[in-house]
Order: sequence, then C-alpha cells, then structure tokens
Amino acid sequence: MSSHAHSHENDWKIYLGVLLALLTLTVITVGASRIDFGSLNVIIAVVIATVKASLVALFFMHLRHDKAINSLIFLSSLMFLSFLLILCLIDVGSRIEPKPANWKGPDKGLMSPRDLDKPATPAGTAPGMAPAPATEAPKPAAPAH
Amino acid sequence: MSDTTLTATHHDATHAHGHGHHHADGHDPNLQHHFTEMAQQFDAAKIGMWLFLATEILLFGGLFVGFGMQQAKFPEAFKAAHHHLDWQLGALNTVVLLVSSFTMVIAVWASMTGRRKTLITNLILTLACAGTFLVVKYFEYSHKIHDGLLPGKFYSYAHGQPNEYIFFSFYFMMTGLHGIHVVLGMVAIGWILVRALKGDFGPGYYTPVDLVGLYWHLVDLIWIYLFPLLYLIS
Repeated sequence: MSSHAHSHENDWKIYLGVLLALLTLTVITVGASRIDFGSLNVIIAVVIATVKASLVALFFMHLRHDKAINSLIFLSSLMFLSFLLILCLIDVGSRIEPKPANWKGPDKGLMSPRDLDKPATPAGTAPGMAPAPATEAPKPAAPAH
Repeated sequence: MSDTTLTATHHDATHAHGHGHHHADGHDPNLQHHFTEMAQQFDAAKIGMWLFLATEILLFGGLFVGFGMQQAKFPEAFKAAHHHLDWQLGALNTVVLLVSSFTMVIAVWASMTGRRKTLITNLILTLACAGTFLVVKYFEYSHKIHDGLLPGKFYSYAHGQPNEYIFFSFYFMMTGLHGIHVVLGMVAIGWILVRALKGDFGPGYYTPVDLVGLYWHLVDLIWIYLFPLLYLIS
C-alpha cells in the first residue's frame, strides 16, 4: 500500500506502454483475421487475445506485484474453465449424430428445423426405424412451430 | 508496519478534512473494527474481489464453451452469420474499452499517489468511454433488430443459412451480458467518482477505487475475447 507509494510515481509510463502494446495487438489480431489460415485462424486469435488478457491482468490488475493468492484464485478459475472447455470439445468431436433413418438432409451437422419439415418417407422402407401402421398418413418428424 | 500505518493515517488526515475527525490513537477512520490494520483490510478486500471475479469468469466461461461447441458443429452457418457483424464497429469498441482500462488504471494510480484531480479526471474519462461503448453497441443492436437477426425464435431473417440463428443467440446473450456489466461498471465508477469528489480517497485509503478498477478490467478482459471470436473469425 502506501509504504511503496514513492516507487509508484512513474508507473503511468508503464501503463501507457501497456496500452500501446494492447492497441498494437488489436491491429495485429484484425490483420491476422483478414488472412485465411484455415482452422489456425481461431488459434491465432485466441493466442493473441490471451497475450492481451495477460498484459491486462499483470499490469492493469496489478497481479505482477500483488499477493500470490490473488493470482492463484484467478488462475484456478481459468483452470476449471479449461476443464469444461476441453471435455466439452472432446464430447462434441467424438459424438455420433443419430439421424432418423429417413434422413434426407445434408450428411454433416445436425438437422435444422427446415430439414425436419420435409415429409417423412413411408415407414418400413427405412431399416432401424419402428414400423408405423401402414394406414397412418406420413406426418412431419417434428411438431411445427 | 506500524510506522507506515501511522504515516498513511497522517497523510489521510491532512488531506481529508471533510471527515472532520482525526483519531488521536492513530486509527484510520476507514479501518473497520474487525481488522487489525489497513494493510490487512486492503488484502482481505482484494481476495474477496478476486473470488468474485473468478465467479464472473466462470459465468462468461459457460457461454464461451457453449459458443465453441456450436461453432464446432455448424462452422459454415457461423462463418456466414458473423459477416452480418460490422468488425469496424467491434474494433472501435475494442479500442474504446482498452483506453477506458488505461484511464481506470491511471485513476487507481492517482488515488494511490494522492493526485486527486487526476483521479477525478480519469474517472470521468472512463465513464465517457463506457458511454461511447454503449452508444456504438446501441447502433449495432438496432441494425440487427431491424434485419431480424435476433436470438432463438425471434430470428426472422429470410435469407442465409438454416442455423445462423444459433450464432445470433450467442451473440446477443454474450454481448448482452457483457453490456449489463458495462452498465453496472458505470454505476460503480459513478459511485467512486462521487466519493472522490468528497475527498474520501488518498494514499492511505483507496480500496474502493482499486476494487472497481479490477472489475472494470475484467469487463475489458472479456471483451478482448469476445471481439475476435464474434466479429473476426467464426
């Protein structure tokens, strides 16, 4: 606190430097997004954002000189967030999307409401689908909104 | 340590005449009875603030993870949808928030080093930046509402890919929650400004300025991720 006040007199210069670095990184992240690196674009953007976030946390939020407990709290929240993110992405990446056997939509991705509004093909011709009574008229696979 | 506490108290007493009372026993008027000294009170307040910020990160984190999952599922729809966002307005708001973070940290620094005028000026500048951010956001929102690019069942944009509405659900929830934080941050900064005008803060006591500063930087920190993920790549 105040016991260090004398050593903080010129801190504004550091803060100004950090602001300039943050603005430069913003220009870089916009520039990098204009170039097509394929799936790398997301990684580049997140890495630059993390560098910016680290600058904000270390200098503007004073973690650089702060008690270690505050950094520990901050990093532990990020650690648990990364658990959530990684496990969810593993889940999404390894999922087999069940489709109705009469699926006519695009193979990739989940069905959209638009695809579901297509009339179902007569039941029985599709393997793996519970045979419906032949007398029943084909109905939409999902209730219309 | 008792030496520094006394110095701080003396400094505070000479600057804060508004209080009109100086405890003869050397106790800072801002020291609450359940703390033994100002430094302990300051450290405890900071730990509490960081715990709150950790919950904020998890709150926004859930939305980020949901966004990542849906983006992995519908890459084409997300790519098409994000072209409706004006990256130049997003970049402008990024610059505005970064500058506001700078003025906020200068305000904290000014209160710590006893520069009252600098403190007040920079709090006003931070408020002005926050207001600018919200005005830009208002123009972005009204444009999207006009086009029918709304979340969930309110989505009424006739063209485009089938699943684009998912992107706009996340767009409005994430930027909306962030916008609420900006508004709450403005309330907190306004409160600090009123207290600064009354002369409540000085090198001996600036905890509220510091804590509001931390909150404001977190709002900036979240936008640092929101901007590239929503506006630039998808």
